[in-house]
Amino acid sequence: MEALIAIAIGTLTASGVYLMLRQRTFPVIIGLTLLSYAVNVFIFAAGRLVPGLPAIIAKDAAGYTDPLPQALVLTAIVISFGMTAVIVLMALGSWLESGHDKVDMDDEKDEQETRA
Amino acid sequence: MTLALIAALPFLGALLPGLMIRAGRTACATVTGSVTLLALVLLGLQAPAVLRGEVVTTRIEWLPSLGLNANFMLDGLGLLFAGLILGIGLLIILYARFYLAKSDPMGVFYTYLMLFQGAMVGIVLSDNILLLLIFWELTSLSSFLLIGYWKHLPEGRQGARMALAVTGGGGLAMIAGMLILGNIAGSYDLSVILTQKEAIQASDWYLPALILILLGCFTKSAQFPFHFWLPHAMAAPTPVSAYLHSATMVKAGIFLMARMWPVLAGTPEWFWIVTSAGLITMLIGAKIAFFKDDLKALLAFSTVSHLGLITMLLGMGTAKAATVAVFHIINHATFKAALFMSAGIVDHETHTRDLKRLGGLRHLMPVTFTIAGIAALSMAGIPPFNGFLSKELMLEEAAHTALGPAWLVPVLATLAALFSVAYSFRFLAHAFLGPKRDDYPHKPHDPGFGLWAAPALLATLVVLIGLMPMTTAAWLVNAAASAVTGTPQEVYIKHWHGLYSPALWMSLAAIGGGLAMLALFPRLRALWDATPRPEAKAIFDAIVEPLAATARSVTQFLHNGSLTRAIAIGTIAIGATALWAFNGGTHTPGTREMLAITPVTAISWGLLMFATLGVALMHRNRLLSLILIGIIGLIISLGFAWLSAPDLALTQITVEVVTVVFMLLALNFLPKETPRESSPVRRTRDAVIAISAGAGIAALAYAIMTRNFAFPTISAYHLEQSKPGAGGTNAVNTIIVDFRGYDTYGEIIVLGIAALLIYALVEALLKPGPANDALRAMAATRTGFAGDRHPLLMVMATRFILPVAMMIGVFIFLRGHNLPGGGFVAGLVFAIATVMQYMASGLAWTETRQRIDHHALIALGALTAAAAGLGSWLFGAPFLASSFTYVNLWPLEEFELATAAIFDLGVFLCVLGAVLLALNSLSRLARRAGETVSVDPYSVDRPEGGN
Repeated sequence: MEALIAIAIGTLTASGVYLMLRQRTFPVIIGLTLLSYAVNVFIFAAGRLVPGLPAIIAKDAAGYTDPLPQALVLTAIVISFGMTAVIVLMALGSWLESGHDKVDMDDEKDEQETRA
Repeated sequence: MTLALIAALPFLGALLPGLMIRAGRTACATVTGSVTLLALVLLGLQAPAVLRGEVVTTRIEWLPSLGLNANFMLDGLGLLFAGLILGIGLLIILYARFYLAKSDPMGVFYTYLMLFQGAMVGIVLSDNILLLLIFWELTSLSSFLLIGYWKHLPEGRQGARMALAVTGGGGLAMIAGMLILGNIAGSYDLSVILTQKEAIQASDWYLPALILILLGCFTKSAQFPFHFWLPHAMAAPTPVSAYLHSATMVKAGIFLMARMWPVLAGTPEWFWIVTSAGLITMLIGAKIAFFKDDLKALLAFSTVSHLGLITMLLGMGTAKAATVAVFHIINHATFKAALFMSAGIVDHETHTRDLKRLGGLRHLMPVTFTIAGIAALSMAGIPPFNGFLSKELMLEEAAHTALGPAWLVPVLATLAALFSVAYSFRFLAHAFLGPKRDDYPHKPHDPGFGLWAAPALLATLVVLIGLMPMTTAAWLVNAAASAVTGTPQEVYIKHWHGLYSPALWMSLAAIGGGLAMLALFPRLRALWDATPRPEAKAIFDAIVEPLAATARSVTQFLHNGSLTRAIAIGTIAIGATALWAFNGGTHTPGTREMLAITPVTAISWGLLMFATLGVALMHRNRLLSLILIGIIGLIISLGFAWLSAPDLALTQITVEVVTVVFMLLALNFLPKETPRESSPVRRTRDAVIAISAGAGIAALAYAIMTRNFAFPTISAYHLEQSKPGAGGTNAVNTIIVDFRGYDTYGEIIVLGIAALLIYALVEALLKPGPANDALRAMAATRTGFAGDRHPLLMVMATRFILPVAMMIGVFIFLRGHNLPGGGFVAGLVFAIATVMQYMASGLAWTETRQRIDHHALIALGALTAAAAGLGSWLFGAPFLASSFTYVNLWPLEEFELATAAIFDLGVFLCVLGAVLLALNSLSRLARRAGETVSVDPYSVDRPEGGN
């Protein structure tokens, strides 16, 4: 199972990086979202994979998983929503202001033709 | 403590001018001057002890493990320099008050000046060489600001850049030299290093350290071949030139050579390098000065020459020569600062500094003439002024110094003195003597008292020291020279050395030859103009230009403004570093037992892989990629649930909903397709980078997961203390609201700021401008929407669900401390419940029924969380320390009250407010883009037709 999770993290990272290397804002945002998934799962996995032993203290519990990576990832998930929302709005703003949704400004000459 | 205070005062004083300038220029100058005066008085209070031969110290431990401590010491040399820096600094503040034009920002000037002053005082008071280096670099930086003060002048900017490049570069060399020195001596404290002469001079590293340190000193003190920056720095306002380039900054190199004299001097290497550099500088500077037409350029090169003189004396390595060097430092500071200020007055009054356009000012500006005359005669070495005394002593020393043939040093020194006489007299003759002219750019007259008070005071000192050297200067020279040489020195300064003294004849030859040269000036000038000579600036530019071009091309390669390129290079760099680190060690396979793969997990994994690869491959269809993102988020939350992380599962799924809704709203405005525009080569390249990154992360994750913890984790403590310490059984929640509550507090603040940022961005977009026009254009072209925007079924269903959803939210919130849930999830559940109303009934309908503003929610959340944290102060506990108690309240079961719950309430409010504000901001854009607003769609709680 560890191998599958590692492959999943790797695939999420690869897809995320590939999309972040695209030239339009929307794929970059999607790429960033994938990358945050990858990072969150990676941090979570650093606590090792333990099924069926949640960190809820009980007398009859057989053991607990590591709660610390979970606490870190929990806040990270919420924060990544905040950050995604900010860049979505920045992308939207640049599309509305400049009429194109390119990430780099190096080829401004064809900016108008991309406008839907 | 006093010494640290003296060094700190100018820095503190640097804050005042900006505040005081509103009270007027005089108030500003007075306050700035008072700070300097206070520092000077504090220094004066230490003087008696220092003059008795004591060394005053202040030791403050800063980073003792690195040997970096704020140790200060004050001995005779420090007293001399600190006195010069603060004393002349005070005069400069006075002078600048009247020199600067109304249009010059005076507050800025004084701030820079005080920064510089503090850095200089720091250098001369430092006992720790690392501290000294920090101050040393600070002088380079603050002098850069001062030289470039007139930002509108290209010469000012170029001069500032050149000074920074040369002195900063030398400073870097010096850092290396000082570190070597500290290593040899085993301490970074000067007081220790200065006792290690034998060890240092015997070390193999002596020569490299010496050369590196001298590079720093020579660049700072404008010694050949680094002398070229000083004249270009003359683009600075004259108070700066008078302060930095005569009395203080250029003396920093001299100071350091004097400071290091006991351990570095006395070897053949020191003698050859320092004496010859000083001799060449003295000669070249004096020769160039003679031919300069610009008053300040003439003075700049004469400064170069005099610094060479002092360097040469220090290079000789004898105690006597070092004493003469100290004496000349005092004399040069007095007459040169006075000369710079006089040149500034001439410039200020006639609007030119060109000797060819001046002359005859003696009649028009008698006061300035008197001051400049005294100072220039002193510079020429004419009795009875102070410059004469130290020049005689210098010639005396030069007469016994053998560098190559025995006649070489005496002859060259005499020649330099000859030029010195020539340019000093030229300064006087061509500016002040001769007939009155009628073509001055501006009708000159003597300035007000304020402007000539400072140079007049200095000129008085020139005369007093000249007439009574034993009373006025000898005590200070003795104290400083004793500190330089490390042995007590008693100087005997006299005017008449007897007919058999070689200095007398050398001096006479210099004066005679100098006057003759002045008489022959037009012919010599023609000869000078006809001789080709290397132009230092051109050489400097020729070196700097290719360096700058290389730097530019490296920067251009790494970061040419393209974000995509920056990400690619960053990813590659991280990957390469990781690979390098991986190859640096040995590896064994992991030993942790792996989990079995079940059919459910395998299918879920397959779905995740399918969706993830699908996003990458089909990302051009934007709606599809959003749907796939939803699938990925869902499976990840299932994974969390399976792997003992119910809190994460809840958070992930709620955040997923909010994120997808937000992105869908945004996609409404954006193009629905991404055009295919990158070439196959580019796509292959990106794929290779991406797959390498993915493979690396996967390998790392696998390596971690297949090994047990190398060390016991701190989580054991959290699990143990969750119930007894934080009063909750959900360890994840207690970590969030209690153990690491400070982190969480920071995070909700960040979230709140992100939401406010979104709000601000939308505000900006809605202002009249291209974005607003684009939105209105969308509104105009928008065609009818398919079907019913607010289907009755959905409206009714969501209204029934609302209280249920909120109840779930409250439930999740309340159980959070003991079971999966908590403020984050509850806030998101509430937000989703509200968003459902937005979607079903429309934004306006929802908003009119919502009584609390989103901004207020965020603020309330932050304040509640802060109050929960501060509350613990009332019980004497640290910020955010939680406490709890169990309450029995009939008819309820026993329940727990924890301050952490109040904190969690803050988290809840902040998350709710932030999510709603973000979504709401986006829908404001939608309304501008023509989305119809119906306040009462299927309104059941208002009368028909009501408003």
